Amino acid sequence: MTFTIKLTGVIVTVLLVMGTVLAFKKTSAYQHGYPGTAMDLVQSDAELAEKLKANTVPAALPQVPAGGPLSVDTYQNVQVLGHLSVAEFGRTMAAMTTWVSPQQGCAYCHNVANMASDEVYAKVVARRMLQMTMHINQDWQQHVKGTGVTCYTCHRGNPVPAYVWFNGPSEDPTARPMMQGKAYQNGAAQDVGLASLPSNVFETFLAGNASIRVQGNAPLPSETNNRHSIKQTEWTYGLMMHMSNSLGVNCTYCHNTRSMGEWETSPPQRTTAWYGIRMVRDLNNQYLTPLTDVFPAYRKGPHGDAPKLNCATCHNNAYKPLLGVSMLKDYTVLAEAKPQPAKTPVEPPPAEGAAPTEGAAPTPAPDAPAPAPAQ
Amino acid sequence: MALLSFERRYRVRGGTLIGGDLFDFWVGPFYVGFFGVTTIFFSILGTALILWGAAMGPTFNPWTINIQPPPLEYGLKFAPLREGGIWQLVTICAIGAFTSWAARQAEISRKLGMGYHIPIAYSVAIFAYVTLVVVRPILMGAWGHGFPYGIFSHLDWVSNTGYQYLHFHYNPAHMIAVTFFFTTTLALSMHGSLILSAVNPQKGEPVKSAEHEDGFFRDHIGYSIGALGIHRLGLFLALSAGIWSAICIIISGPFWTKGWPEWWNVWLSLPIWN
Ligand code: HEC
Ligand code: HEC
Ligand code: HEC
Ligand code: HEC
Repeated sequence: MTFTIKLTGVIVTVLLVMGTVLAFKKTSAYQHGYPGTAMDLVQSDAELAEKLKANTVPAALPQVPAGGPLSVDTYQNVQVLGHLSVAEFGRTMAAMTTWVSPQQGCAYCHNVANMASDEVYAKVVARRMLQMTMHINQDWQQHVKGTGVTCYTCHRGNPVPAYVWFNGPSEDPTARPMMQGKAYQNGAAQDVGLASLPSNVFETFLAGNASIRVQGNAPLPSETNNRHSIKQTEWTYGLMMHMSNSLGVNCTYCHNTRSMGEWETSPPQRTTAWYGIRMVRDLNNQYLTPLTDVFPAYRKGPHGDAPKLNCATCHNNAYKPLLGVSMLKDYTVLAEAKPQPAKTPVEPPPAEGAAPTEGAAPTPAPDAPAPAPAQ
Repeated sequence: MALLSFERRYRVRGGTLIGGDLFDFWVGPFYVGFFGVTTIFFSILGTALILWGAAMGPTFNPWTINIQPPPLEYGLKFAPLREGGIWQLVTICAIGAFTSWAARQAEISRKLGMGYHIPIAYSVAIFAYVTLVVVRPILMGAWGHGFPYGIFSHLDWVSNTGYQYLHFHYNPAHMIAVTFFFTTTLALSMHGSLILSAVNPQKGEPVKSAEHEDGFFRDHIGYSIGALGIHRLGLFLALSAGIWSAICIIISGPFWTKGWPEWWNVWLSLPIWN
């Protein structure tokens, strides 16, 4: 009897020690707060190595010599890249193919028998994506800084980025007559890091612009100061879980958690994140949602809405997408939208003078006759 | 009477752990001993170092004095005094003082011929402290992972360390530790009230016996753990609270680096419901 007990004790101890040794993770830490505040990012070395591998940047395509005919003159249906030389245009198409549809090739966006045709929905989406990318790089530098984004930032060699989201049901699906539903909570949703927090945070905060701030500045709630409920607070926390996991960081990356709302003690990353939230709302509402009718049904969500983006779409679990390496510097074409030149007339100009109008002359409609003069 | 004969035996020299009869005497009611001297040495030195650190810092406000650990970049090396070196010395002093105190408890127990339950129980608290400021920092490769010495600053540390794992309430060992803390207070309050109800009666009432105490719990929940058992249980609950606290922090970092809610994925992906 005592022997059995002793033997069991020894076996359990050996197993515990072995388990402990096996479970140990060597970690590296990055300190981003004052010493002793525990505002650190602790990552296991194994995961860090995986992250480095997952975020390697593909080699840039060779640069092409400047000059040569403009694509607006060479091609029939270019509305965004008309100002590029034909060589640069070709390089951009090649890059887009490696970034978005490396397996499927040009045919993912083109009817290869007629490159000018817009019949493939992916091409129409891609054109809007070009504009969106330029808009991000040009107008959201408060967030993307000089690093900027390319199609690869989100797509990583896939037509559909790894992280997109759709609307959930607009009414709480678990509510029953006379009964309180789960209010989108307790579902261990991936979007909120498997916590019990409400999961419908994207509709609320990243397409809708519900207020994220919940913290009061007086000890007790009153009619005049803080009327936020615990439910609202948990909503904010849900979004924060998404933001943290999308960046592979923790709350202390943006907050000194002694006071979540205080900006003076928050690291500067919180300000970048604040612009990020506004940027994501802008991209979802101005670019993705208006494409709803372009997307085929199989790309849409269960409630018929377009796929939309969140922090993870660009960041892919890294504190900066691709760990801060700029691909944009090799593809400056995507840095800003340029006014589209009118086609250079091939025939001697008619008497009225079809000299290119300054600024953004509307480009010909897809099915307009090829040499349409600028209107 | 018994007390007096007892005291005479107690105040017999010898039976110390180390140092023979060095410092083996009493000052008033207090036993000094070798470890009493080391306790005093380490606590005075440590307190002086904290005051010195406060003098170099911005404030003498007791709430906000802060002795910070070294920045992470110093790893496991000694840091300059102003940059965490004081914290390292204070840590050495604290461990010196705490272990001396435990050793003094052991010597007194020995002189009295008692068991070592008290020093062992107290050692669990030391173990929790050492886990926080020595074991975990070593496993993570930098003294900077220890907590700062300051009333407010150590609370900030606790908050931020919790939020490093997004939602610390999902830490399974933290759950167990919290449960033990609450159960300890529940057991202590029930035990205290039971004893008072029996041995501290109204004027004119007789003092009740252990039979009454057992009788109450047998009527109430069908079982009484008994006079010895309740103390074993109390010690078990209280020490478990401390041990599981140490476990909950040691696994955060060296054994798990992500958000704690994610850890439960193991549970969610069990084949039973998957
Ligand atoms: C991700 C979608 C996508 C892929 C893949 C793609 N393209 Fe394109 N392509 C476009 C878009 C969008 C336009 C229109 C650009 C504009 O409006 O400025 C276009 C326009 C063109 C045109 C001009 C057609 C015309 O006459 O108007 C040519 C030529 C072309 N692409 C060639 C290619 C080649 C060659 C490949 C493969 C290496 C390729 N494209 C891959 C999206 C794509
Ligand atoms: C900020 C992130 C982001 C960037 C940058 C981005 N995309 Fe997208 N893209 C998306 C999202 C989100 C979708 C919707 C996914 C879906 O179609 O289900 C999408 C969809 C597409 C689709 C349609 C795929 C399909 O099969 O439905 C194409 C084609 C595309 N993008 C091309 C591009 C090109 C070309 C660029 C660069 C000029 C680009 N994208 C840049 C996020 C991005
Ligand atoms: C990437 C940066 C970032 C991370 C990581 C982050 N937050 Fe936030 N947090 C913000 C920003 C930005 C705001 C302010 C949003 C606004 O005002 O629109 C905010 C606001 C908040 C608020 C509301 C403050 C107020 O004024 O009422 C709370 C609470 C909060 N965060 C908690 C958390 C928690 C908990 C975590 C970890 C799970 C976390 N945050 C992680 C950037 C971050
Ligand atoms: C369009 C792509 C894109 C999206 C979407 C995006 N980010 Fe970023 N983010 C970037 C880029 C690029 C950088 C790098 C900027 C730089 O180099 O400083 C960045 C940097 C940051 C940083 C600064 C990191 C640091 O250490 O300085 C934070 C914080 C951040 N993003 C938070 C967010 C949050 C929160 C969201 C979602 C609300 C979000 N981002 C969505 C592209 C994006």
